[in-house]
Amino acid sequence: MEKKVIIAHDVTVRFAGDSGDGMQLTGTLFSKNSGSIGTDVNTFPDYPSEIRPPVGTLYGVSAYQVHFGSKKMNTMGDKIDVLFAMNAASLKVNIPNLKDGAIIIVNADGFGTKNLNLAKYEQNPLTDGSLKGYEVHAINIPELMKEELSNLSLQVNQIDRTKNFFALGLAFWLFNQPLEHTIDWLKGKFGKKVEIFESNVRALKRGYRFGEESEGFSYRFEIPTAQMQKGFYRNITGNEASALGLVAASKKANLPLYLGSYPITPATEILHHLSGYKQYGVKILQAEDEIAGIASAIGAAYAGNLAATTTSGPGLSLKVESLGLAVIMELPLVIVDVQRAGPSTGMPTKPEQGDLLMALFGRHGEAPIPIIAAQSAVDCFYASYEASKIALKYMTPIIVLSDGYLAQGTEPWKVPTLDELPEIHFNLAKDVSTYQPYRRDPDTLAVEWSIPGMAGFEHQIGGLEKENITGIVTQDPKNHQLMVELRAKKIEGIVKDVPDAIIEGEQEGDILILGWGSSYGAIKNTFDKLTNMGHKLSFVHLRWLNPLPANLGEILSKFKRIFIPEMNLGQLKWIIQAKFLRETIGYYKVQGKPFTAIEIEDELLKLLNEKV
Amino acid sequence: MTKIQENFEVTKKINTTELTAKDFKTPLDVRWCAGCGDYSVLAQLQKLFPTLGIPKENFVVVSGIGCSSRFPYYVDVYGFHTMHGRALPVASGIKIANPDLSVWVITGDGDGMAIGGNHFIHAIRRNMDIKVLLLNNEIYSMTKGQYSPTSPQGLKTKSSPFGVIDYPFNPVALSLGSGATFVARTSYSNPKHLSYVLKRASEHKGIAFVEIYSNCVIFTDGIFDQWTDKNYMDENAIFIEDNQPLIFGKNKDKGIIIENFAPKIVDLNDPNVNRENLIVHNEKNQAIAQMIGSMSYDNDLPRPFGVFLDIEKPSYDFLINKQISDIVEKHGTGNIDELLKGSESWEIK
Repeated sequence: MEKKVIIAHDVTVRFAGDSGDGMQLTGTLFSKNSGSIGTDVNTFPDYPSEIRPPVGTLYGVSAYQVHFGSKKMNTMGDKIDVLFAMNAASLKVNIPNLKDGAIIIVNADGFGTKNLNLAKYEQNPLTDGSLKGYEVHAINIPELMKEELSNLSLQVNQIDRTKNFFALGLAFWLFNQPLEHTIDWLKGKFGKKVEIFESNVRALKRGYRFGEESEGFSYRFEIPTAQMQKGFYRNITGNEASALGLVAASKKANLPLYLGSYPITPATEILHHLSGYKQYGVKILQAEDEIAGIASAIGAAYAGNLAATTTSGPGLSLKVESLGLAVIMELPLVIVDVQRAGPSTGMPTKPEQGDLLMALFGRHGEAPIPIIAAQSAVDCFYASYEASKIALKYMTPIIVLSDGYLAQGTEPWKVPTLDELPEIHFNLAKDVSTYQPYRRDPDTLAVEWSIPGMAGFEHQIGGLEKENITGIVTQDPKNHQLMVELRAKKIEGIVKDVPDAIIEGEQEGDILILGWGSSYGAIKNTFDKLTNMGHKLSFVHLRWLNPLPANLGEILSKFKRIFIPEMNLGQLKWIIQAKFLRETIGYYKVQGKPFTAIEIEDELLKLLNEKV
Repeated sequence: MTKIQENFEVTKKINTTELTAKDFKTPLDVRWCAGCGDYSVLAQLQKLFPTLGIPKENFVVVSGIGCSSRFPYYVDVYGFHTMHGRALPVASGIKIANPDLSVWVITGDGDGMAIGGNHFIHAIRRNMDIKVLLLNNEIYSMTKGQYSPTSPQGLKTKSSPFGVIDYPFNPVALSLGSGATFVARTSYSNPKHLSYVLKRASEHKGIAFVEIYSNCVIFTDGIFDQWTDKNYMDENAIFIEDNQPLIFGKNKDKGIIIENFAPKIVDLNDPNVNRENLIVHNEKNQAIAQMIGSMSYDNDLPRPFGVFLDIEKPSYDFLINKQISDIVEKHGTGNIDELLKGSESWEIK
């Protein structure tokens, strides 16, 4: 039958099911396919923190959200256009996130009495009329697949396991996407296990055919491709990007990479990825605790490696003492903090921007440390690369702030080559006859790097305050003040390497939106939407939190109102007010969830309506 | 070759004149109290270093916090005075980064056994190729006299005016229990033995743990006398040697046998005692090391000094670098551009 084609530019699809239903794989393959045919994609996997939660339960639901379309996507998508739900529980937990009139495709086999009970449904939502506002397609996938696979000698549970590929095939039909990439992928994965390969390919095709043949589906979507630059692309999570940024920096600097780390959610995947890069000379110590992780990294930095440690809030708390040592020793060290909802254990898998003030001030004594915050999954690569560059140039520890949203989410990345990345320089001690441990480069104020094994540069330093230039231990009062000021001045001087902030939209006027970190996507979407509607708005997003861009003060002075949305209780707001003596308007969300564009839009519309 | 390795080549001393202890002294005044046991350890180490055939620039002395942790300032090699308890992880990072270095950690009973206790057992478990000298004075001296994890029960200190009720650690037994490959005990008071033990530690490939009794003249003066003072030590201390029976006493007339799976003192003048039954020390035998190592802590046996254990096992720093070189040998050096691109990229033309 002839199906209507609807052109759509911005779609959010969510694949949801039980933890064992393969939804993460389905979502990953769908996003990969969508990227490879030229649409832009932003994804977010959402799975329980329990490893194998009981089957069919509400807390056992695993989902993968894909936001894709014909322009830059920026976020995981606010509300769901199309939901695939493999059982009753996965329908129930996702209903609050559906758009009005959304398409719901359910596996009817997952709505038996047992599943309904586990999902705490008193009546079957497929038949009780409660889904009236949606377009519901109930398909008994295992039944269809049993028929489809009848000539293969498969067990019932093997047939059942093909339902995610049926869903994927149907999704490909619905969005008019080709099957070949996925069939190739299956060949690579299961080529040798002929029956598994065959059954999944048939499921994929059966799902596609179902869309084509079923009268229930009267239309499908066509998504025009996005304007993408030419080149090689891949989907990447923030955590993998952070890992790659460090390796790339070590290759560019021609220094071995050392990681001292202790597993912690949601930063652990950085450790996983780097552990696999032995071929690239990466040395890893999975330490006995967070303290040993950073302390060993300080040792490796002292001995001439590009050293890093990766962690999340509770771990950063434990690393605070060591950060002070890295500051006074003036050693290059990259600390990646993948923020999660706190305090204490908090909500380990959920994102928050609660560590900004800790990153800035969380040390005893005057111990300034530069901070870069990644603004997208892809930016995690550039942030950890840039942090390595700055750490080596200025001989300083540096903190990279990511968060649980960026860490797990994916987006397509136009992959650079090493040649295209900025050069990385460091200042090895050269002249034995004049060497002094605390003599500084007049331009950067960086000390020279003298490394055990370099003859003639032997020196003895540590956490005690040292005399300027010579590095000899001293408690001289004036010297201490001088050293504190020199260390502060060195970090302030990094501003020379901090790009000026760029204002999007009006260059002066009423409202400036000031954001930082992972909320970039949601703010940017809102900003684009409202400016397209004709509202006069401006937007600055900060990647550098310390030092702040040199032109920020001037920018702030050009606007009447400064609106700062943050996933905390106003930490950037606090900094801006303290530093620039400016009243600002904060907007806080601390729910363990990223901002949605709609939330920021509502808030901005309120401000726009109460013109000052 | 990395940039750093190139630099090592450039700076390598062409004229390697023979080094002496003097070359390992910094111009700084040593600021320990007069009579402190740490002086003796410093002197022996400065004597040892030039004899090891290791270029001066390849020594690193790392410490934590405490009186003994001031050590790095007085040894003219690369010296790193780190944080309280954290010398071992810092040293581990140094050794992994550059396995050619000879890394020495100087710690104390507070630094190593209390705040750094976790790092201590794990560095030992991994068999990091680091020499660990624990200068034990059974007191927190730098903070002016509180009891430490090695202070004996009953000791009256500023934080235990009515006597310590904690049970002490036996650092030798703790290190053996953590899987150490070299364990020894010696004392500041016996320079010859101290020098011998340090030399043995330096020759060991892997973690070498040496507990060194170091008298604090201010807070615990005389606390080790029963084992270190000439007048008492013969009857209370036993010096163990490889392949030798356990015999002590001024007249070498006491021995140690095993009875009911436990060591027991026997009188060698007793005609009923068979010398064949005496325990013979064996530095390669962990069971013997553990038995001797726990002597005197819960009983009236003599306190043992010497090398308890010296066995070989590949060290962590060796294994980590070997794993990398094996993988590189098998698969070649990784191409970073390929890594960035990943296995599932696509091209937009």
